[in-house]
Amino acid sequence: MAVAPRINVGDDYKEKYGFFDPENYVFKAKRGLSPEIIQEISWMKQEPEWMAKLRLRALDIFRKKPMPTWGADLSKIDFENIFYYLKSSEKQSTSWDDVPDDIKRTFDRLGVPQAERKFLAGVAAQYESEVVYHSLHKDLEKKGVLFLDTDSGLRDHPELFQEYFGTVIPAADNKFAALNTAAWSGGSFIYVPKGVKVDIPLQAYFRINAENMGQFERTLIICDEDSFVHYIEGCTAPIYTTDSLHSAVVEIIVKKGARCRYTTIQNWSTNVYNLVTKRALAYEGATMEWVDGNLGSAVTMKYPSVYLMEPGAKGDVLSIAFAGKGQHQDAGAKMVHAAPNTTSTITSKSISKAGGRTSYRGLVKVQPGSSHVKSFVKCDALLLDDQSISDTYPYIECDESEVTIGHEATVSKVSDEQLFYLMSRGISQVEAETMIVNGFIEPFTKELPLEYAVELNRLIQLEMEGSVG
Amino acid sequence: MADFEIKDLRVGVEGREILKGVSLQVNRGEVHAVMGPNGSGKSTLSNALMGHPSYQVLGGEVLLNGQSLLELQPDQRARLGLYLAFQYPIVVPGVTMANFLRTALNAQRGYDGKDKAKAIGPKEFRELLAEPMNTLRIDKSFLSRYVNEGFSGGEKKRAEILQMAVLRPTMALLDETDSGLDIDSIKYVSESINSMRGGELGILIITHYTRILKFIQPDYVHVLVNGQVVRSGGSEVADQLENTGYSEWVDEPAAAAAVAEEV
Repeated sequence: MAVAPRINVGDDYKEKYGFFDPENYVFKAKRGLSPEIIQEISWMKQEPEWMAKLRLRALDIFRKKPMPTWGADLSKIDFENIFYYLKSSEKQSTSWDDVPDDIKRTFDRLGVPQAERKFLAGVAAQYESEVVYHSLHKDLEKKGVLFLDTDSGLRDHPELFQEYFGTVIPAADNKFAALNTAAWSGGSFIYVPKGVKVDIPLQAYFRINAENMGQFERTLIICDEDSFVHYIEGCTAPIYTTDSLHSAVVEIIVKKGARCRYTTIQNWSTNVYNLVTKRALAYEGATMEWVDGNLGSAVTMKYPSVYLMEPGAKGDVLSIAFAGKGQHQDAGAKMVHAAPNTTSTITSKSISKAGGRTSYRGLVKVQPGSSHVKSFVKCDALLLDDQSISDTYPYIECDESEVTIGHEATVSKVSDEQLFYLMSRGISQVEAETMIVNGFIEPFTKELPLEYAVELNRLIQLEMEGSVG
Repeated sequence: MADFEIKDLRVGVEGREILKGVSLQVNRGEVHAVMGPNGSGKSTLSNALMGHPSYQVLGGEVLLNGQSLLELQPDQRARLGLYLAFQYPIVVPGVTMANFLRTALNAQRGYDGKDKAKAIGPKEFRELLAEPMNTLRIDKSFLSRYVNEGFSGGEKKRAEILQMAVLRPTMALLDETDSGLDIDSIKYVSESINSMRGGELGILIITHYTRILKFIQPDYVHVLVNGQVVRSGGSEVADQLENTGYSEWVDEPAAAAAVAEEV
């Protein structure tokens, strides 16, 4: 498939994230998707019969479902040109020393082991299709916290998988959920027992290395009653001139009184299609928070959702999207109020530059009988020039009268007055614009752990410098 | 040649000529005041000197320590030592005063995010701020607030002078710094400016009213009317204006009272 190069993030991305390793793989499936390839993946993983059957059913659903045309342009994706499974290492390691050298160097360059030493309670590192490294603090292990790659989770805890896997996001939910269910590999499985609070974040890092790679990680998080966990994921890939596909499914169950925060800093290279389904079920008095940052990718379509299942449940989505040249960030949120006295907030901040496009697409749905619901949606868009685009598609479906729903949307431009003011203090134009953008997303940044906030501000700086001229 | 020299400056806004040949000379250590009625071109003068993109320079020259400014971007002018205290300081949401001040200081020192040795350290930063914050009666909590967001009129103007004290320009333009100031704020602001006065610093106060000149005595006063300097002299010019207003040049009812207003 010939596609015009979309390289525009500047040399900085290339140097910092855009490098690639030689392909030195244990197993690489043929290009394209077929029942044989799906069976091969399942066989390599030595899965239970039910999972193999589920995959094949999902493949069927994937093929029958039409491509969604209501959002970003997906017509250029060539599913036959993608590699659906790529195993880079014989086994998963719990020590970086056992990770193959090339791969270890990659994660070193990305700063993953350094971050692990400093401020993380557990780390998963996925390279292509499989998780190559995994760790969890001993004291958390003792408390019964499970933090595994999803393949190991299925192998070691089949009862939890039978109960929960595919219940939050069934294969038939949408075309890409079906694709993921058919081809899934890797991802994180987390179980936090009753009353256990994981105070330090757990992190997963997803790395695509090969060209035309499809990465389909599958994440399942179960927060038992009154527990807490903060899970952070980061993603990058080398810059190629042809497309890669990242299509993840994340299912989360937050039980009574528990709280889960899921933070994403997505910085895929601009040849990656990022089509992700993320959904959580929040039960009585539970809180689900999605903190979702989208900087990279050619196209992102992602609408983290919370289904508020029982009274007192609370859902929060706080998201930012940055679209530079050739990028379309179609992102938003979905809140489904399925019980009375539930609350939700959606805060979306988007920045478009150099012809980039950001779309906010959100749904607040109040089901019959869900009285005394409160919901507030706020979308702010910042345009850095006249070629860039921002649009908003807020949907509200309400079948109940006693509800409070608020919606606020603003679109603004970086003003000459702000630039002049900052520049009159000796600050260069690029730095002044960067300050204004970082100030604009500050409500998002301040929710991140300090190290990530610093990193995000630096990424914004790279984006601002990288696409100048 | 004076340290700061404006030669026959002509400036237009939206195709209309506002400044019609202004010449002024300010030497380091001196305080000058440019006074003028509404519409005389005071704001145009300060904005054009700092390099606001909406003001077109039609002719003339501006030199700071022998260096020509008019071709330079505002940030380059600032790094050469020019400073403008804004009449209406701009809100920058999400950017803290501390971050703003630190970034401005680092820019002045040529720190581009790479050579850490050039960046200002936390201790030095605190020390630099301590005295002017004290003089201006600015509380520490102020540093974690967003630039000009929710500031009262007095807080905005005090913040402008704090930036000046930290950045230590060689030529400062104070644009209507006393407007919107309560009597306490004007004292603190004047005290701070007077403490910086002299030495290497040249000051140009741009004002409609004489009020601020009672707190900061100018060495020279220039009267700007209809885009031209119509009179220059010592501080006696301000005293005179307080009695007669601008009625000599413009038809301004109750002009005398207007010039002395709010004293």
